[in-house]
Amino acid sequence: MTYILSALGLAALAVLPMLFGDYGTGMLVGLAGYVTLATSWAMFSGPTRYISLATVAFFGVGAYTVAVLNEVLPYPLVLLAAAGIGATMALLVGLSTLRLAGIYFVIFTFGLAELVRQLITWFEVNVTGTLGRYIFLDLEAKHIYWQLLALGAATLALSAWIRRSRLGLALRVIGDDETVAAHSGINLARTKLVLFVASSTIITLVGAIQAPRWVYVEPSIVFNPTVSFLTVIMALLGGATRLWGPLFGAVPLFLLFEWLSARFPDHFSILLGLMFMAVVYALPDGVLAALEKFRRKGNGNSATKPAKEANA
Amino acid sequence: MSQNSRRALLRALPLAMVSALALTSALSTPLAAQETPVTIGYAVSKSGPNATGAGITTIPNYELWVKEVNEAGGLEMPDGTRRPIEVVEYDDRSSAEDLVRAIERLATQDKVDLILPPWGTGGNLAIAPLMDRFGYPQLAVTSVTDMAPEFAKRWDRSFWMLGGGHDYATALVETLAAAKEAGTINDKVAMISVADGFGIDLVKAARPAFEEAGFDLVYDESYPLGTSDFAAILNEVQGSGADSFVAFSYPPGSFGVTKQAMTVGYNPKVFYIGVGGAFPIYGKITEGKQEGVMSIGGVDAMSPAIEEYFAKHTAAIGNPPDSWASAITYASLEMLEEAVKRVGLDHEALAGELSTGTFDTVIGEVKLEDNQLRKLWWVGQWQGEHFVAVSPADREGAATPVTPKPEW
Repeated sequence: MTYILSALGLAALAVLPMLFGDYGTGMLVGLAGYVTLATSWAMFSGPTRYISLATVAFFGVGAYTVAVLNEVLPYPLVLLAAAGIGATMALLVGLSTLRLAGIYFVIFTFGLAELVRQLITWFEVNVTGTLGRYIFLDLEAKHIYWQLLALGAATLALSAWIRRSRLGLALRVIGDDETVAAHSGINLARTKLVLFVASSTIITLVGAIQAPRWVYVEPSIVFNPTVSFLTVIMALLGGATRLWGPLFGAVPLFLLFEWLSARFPDHFSILLGLMFMAVVYALPDGVLAALEKFRRKGNGNSATKPAKEANA
Repeated sequence: MSQNSRRALLRALPLAMVSALALTSALSTPLAAQETPVTIGYAVSKSGPNATGAGITTIPNYELWVKEVNEAGGLEMPDGTRRPIEVVEYDDRSSAEDLVRAIERLATQDKVDLILPPWGTGGNLAIAPLMDRFGYPQLAVTSVTDMAPEFAKRWDRSFWMLGGGHDYATALVETLAAAKEAGTINDKVAMISVADGFGIDLVKAARPAFEEAGFDLVYDESYPLGTSDFAAILNEVQGSGADSFVAFSYPPGSFGVTKQAMTVGYNPKVFYIGVGGAFPIYGKITEGKQEGVMSIGGVDAMSPAIEEYFAKHTAAIGNPPDSWASAITYASLEMLEEAVKRVGLDHEALAGELSTGTFDTVIGEVKLEDNQLRKLWWVGQWQGEHFVAVSPADREGAATPVTPKPEW
């Protein structure tokens, strides 16, 4: 039953570009992109509570891969290559850093984006002698949207599966207490690594799929730190520990920012900062958890189902 | 304050924010104009890394122009009526994705009559396919690209108005070669470049050009974008024996290298920096000792039109424009205004007129060649109060370059 409903829902989402115009489709691209980013971010950072600011490092690598390979390889192979590069990079980064905890991990991941950007720049300057690449792929907004939609659905499915698997359980134990987890025989490093690689590969693919919309790519364009910040705030707003949390954070925030950019074009940075503080102070567990708590207060202690409630 | 009341305050904060926003937006609703307004849309970077460039070169000129046109009664149509301009502006947050979406929004949702381009090479390329698909003419001013001829062919309603890195580099070499011929500088050049699309384009063109002109590149290094300490670089450069120091730099690096040169008393006969040298703030950076510094761009300071433009920009915005792309941005708007007056708002007719027409602007008479502005100033130099153009030397309005540069 769930499968049929999901399939129907997906089909409905897939025909949306036919109903909306170019701008509507552009919005859908942005929405699908951020929902996928936030969901895949939460896949790793939600249960482990490792706040990663490396989103744009992987996102940018994906975009750059497309920029470099779009003229030499057929498109599906380019995407495959992007996924491969993203996964390899995540593996290397994960192996060397997942033993860091707390604030050290946050700082490292923030630095990672800058590191990757400088490495690519160095390579382009000293080896290829060019910076700034062109992507002339014949892909319209709706094609990009469909790819992102498929990726987003796959991400949600993977997240749901992980939550029910032993892996998900292990992750939650790690998030609660690493020492206990280690004593219960959970292989900390391997568990975290698997999730980090899966999450980062998806993020890389989002960058790769969106890149053809920009035509021109250079490191300062694709390694824009705002992407990392927005992903984190979206996932936290919805609730990073829940399957649908990031989605319920990403959609309203994306729409809000779109509205703000038109209504208050001069105040984005201030509003983003205030929003960050509001989420952290007022909704530390996310909107879904807050709704649940609110409901519980109203109904006494009757059991509630958060997912249904949020859908209503 | 007790723990509880502080929590309550923090909870109330978002609500207060939202209501404050709602109030301001209600107050800022524009009054209805009598004539049907012409809607002009643009998406520029008001936040993020591109905000500095957009804030110096692009946004002030858009605002200045709109203000002037509206004060004159509006944009003149071919039948002589004037329609006021109504602006629809978005912040692209320096993100290509947001920029692309904003253009889709302007074209299909707001259905604006005209779209003005964003700041930067990347931004202009990102929107070019969309502008082409929706049929809008695109006056890409702040785009320095050697591929301009190909782009103008690919998107036939796009216009490229700031030349390519190759133009700037070769013109600089010519200027220095003339000084070498005259015997004022030796044949040694020390060159540094920022590891960025802009720096690479220029340095790639400059290397062979210097060689061909008989120069000896005794120092040639690139440095990462964001470098703020130039002490080590200048130390090596100082010992290189070069009379000419060339930095294909980007702000704030351009300012950093200037400061450092002043601090260590490095006084080459030619001191050239990249973007930023033509900014009005450069005089403050050097504490008024900018005399003789060379950089990109320049204006014909003798021209009354330029003088008037500087005066009104200063009056309306609060500071003078930069002496490179600002005047060209403003000129592109004058072209648009004149073209609308001649053929109206039809996009095809407008693009045709912009492509073939001749326009009288603040930078003189403009006629595009293959949809590109080629009559540009490539090298400029601070002489007195002004950053004057010195290359091409044979063009009317060019000043004679002063070498050697006076000491700091």
